[in-house]
Amino acid sequence: MDQLYREIILDHYKNPRGHGVMENADATADGQNPLCGDEVSIYVSFGDDGETIDEVMFSGRGCAISQAATSMLTELVVGRKAADVAAMPKEQLLDELGIPLTPVRLKCAILGLSTLKLALHKGKGTPLPEEWAGVEELDLR
Amino acid sequence: MAVTAKTRLDAHTLRKDFPIFEQEFHGKPLAYLDSAASAQKPRQMLEAMVEFYETSYANVHRGVYELAERATEGLEAAREKVRAFLNAPAAREVIFVRNATEGINLVAYAWGLSNLGPGDVVLVTELEHHSNFVPWQYIAKRTGAEFRMIPLTETGELVLDGLDELVGSENLKVVALNLVSNALGTVNSIEPIVEWAHGRGAIVVCDAAQAAPHRAVDVQAIGCDFLAVSGHKMCGPSGIGAVWGQAELLERMEPFLLGGHMIRKVHADGTTWGDLPHKFEAGTAPMAEAVGFGAAIDYLNAAGLEAIEQHEHDLTAYALEQLSDIPGIRLFGPPPERRAGIVSFAFDDVHPHDVAQVLDWEGVAVRAGHHCCQPLMAKLGVAATTRASFYLYTIPEEIDRLVLGLHRVRKVFG
Repeated sequence: MDQLYREIILDHYKNPRGHGVMENADATADGQNPLCGDEVSIYVSFGDDGETIDEVMFSGRGCAISQAATSMLTELVVGRKAADVAAMPKEQLLDELGIPLTPVRLKCAILGLSTLKLALHKGKGTPLPEEWAGVEELDLR
Repeated sequence: MAVTAKTRLDAHTLRKDFPIFEQEFHGKPLAYLDSAASAQKPRQMLEAMVEFYETSYANVHRGVYELAERATEGLEAAREKVRAFLNAPAAREVIFVRNATEGINLVAYAWGLSNLGPGDVVLVTELEHHSNFVPWQYIAKRTGAEFRMIPLTETGELVLDGLDELVGSENLKVVALNLVSNALGTVNSIEPIVEWAHGRGAIVVCDAAQAAPHRAVDVQAIGCDFLAVSGHKMCGPSGIGAVWGQAELLERMEPFLLGGHMIRKVHADGTTWGDLPHKFEAGTAPMAEAVGFGAAIDYLNAAGLEAIEQHEHDLTAYALEQLSDIPGIRLFGPPPERRAGIVSFAFDDVHPHDVAQVLDWEGVAVRAGHHCCQPLMAKLGVAATTRASFYLYTIPEEIDRLVLGLHRVRKVFG
């Protein structure tokens, strides 16, 4: 059970990669986990082709699982095209995390990814993931 | 204020009535410290429901056969138990609902929609559960009324100076507040607020979901106009609660839910409403749940509300003392003499979810999150807290295990 908080997770939690606010981001979005009130903001900048992700940053608060997953995510998607990341199955990120998750903690783990997909949708018009279906009608502030 | 109970409660003995404690979690006995979310169920309550289903079950009210009459008697006997428990003047003022949330929605819609408008003020507190916050915020918006909050002190107690300034010259119509905070355990001093609100011509709606399981609640002594409780927090089944209201207000209100049973006469061109409480109980009632609720009330009465309150007070004082020694912990809420059996805390460097996860490995069940109190969390400057809450079956050993678990949290997160 202690595997949940294995060393790499705690390392990303305590020293998150890409943590901070990006000024002049090309795309940005905010996400919330209504179960616990955690919030994350995602910022994306693209390379010269306007399609390839140059950098991803995030700010906000969350549990070790959500912070570590989002930290890993910022490394995982650099150099990939927006459309690829929009279509990326969550299992790719979960494999990277490499820990067993209960349904509640799964929501923590994918908050960053689904918020990134929302940012890509807003910035590049890529399809929304299921989690954000109907987002236009919701008041996400 | 904590009372000194005439008889003390023996939690170790009462615990044997609760089958859930016969299980182990992660190889350890269950330390259930989440009763503020929902209470565990005594065998006596479960048996009452089974007996009702096995011997007295039919749809209530309309049947003329003996079995249906027996079912109706079961439902109405439960209503009488709720009436007596709340010291309400009449059983017809007690309306069965799914839970306190539904009870408050009933009042917010059925009273609020036809009594609120521009220039009126709806007052809640920063301490409210979303169940007594969101319905009023929504109905205020729909009717054009102003929605305001009574602020809190640093320790999570209501600031009662300056209430008049909060309302100004506008028309105060309703004050909605809880008796006990689910997030911090704060016991609100309700009497001065009721007196003030009535003096300004407003009604008072009490959320007693967190008070009724743990201390005597007397609607006539409180002097409020509506009061809602949830059965599941009182050792009763899920899916049943009650809202009590002054008969004269209930009689003047429009119905909330419409359909079968709540009518007097239905014509092609209109419908008239039934008498109280039926006007507010559309559809088939949660009969077995009501019977279980009644049995739960019997169980609480047998244990004694004063003894329960005293027991939880002792546990809370003990927990606050033990927890204050843990490095880096931040404890929220008032001192033990002004709080119920709820302890909310946080660490700067460990998220409540992670705290609760590590505690689960120790068989300790606590709640982590915003406790449906996001305005309060914003005030405290946190997204969430970890909350341990106690009940009549809680024993000090469970608090010791909580403390041990928190030391393990510190070890995992350095």
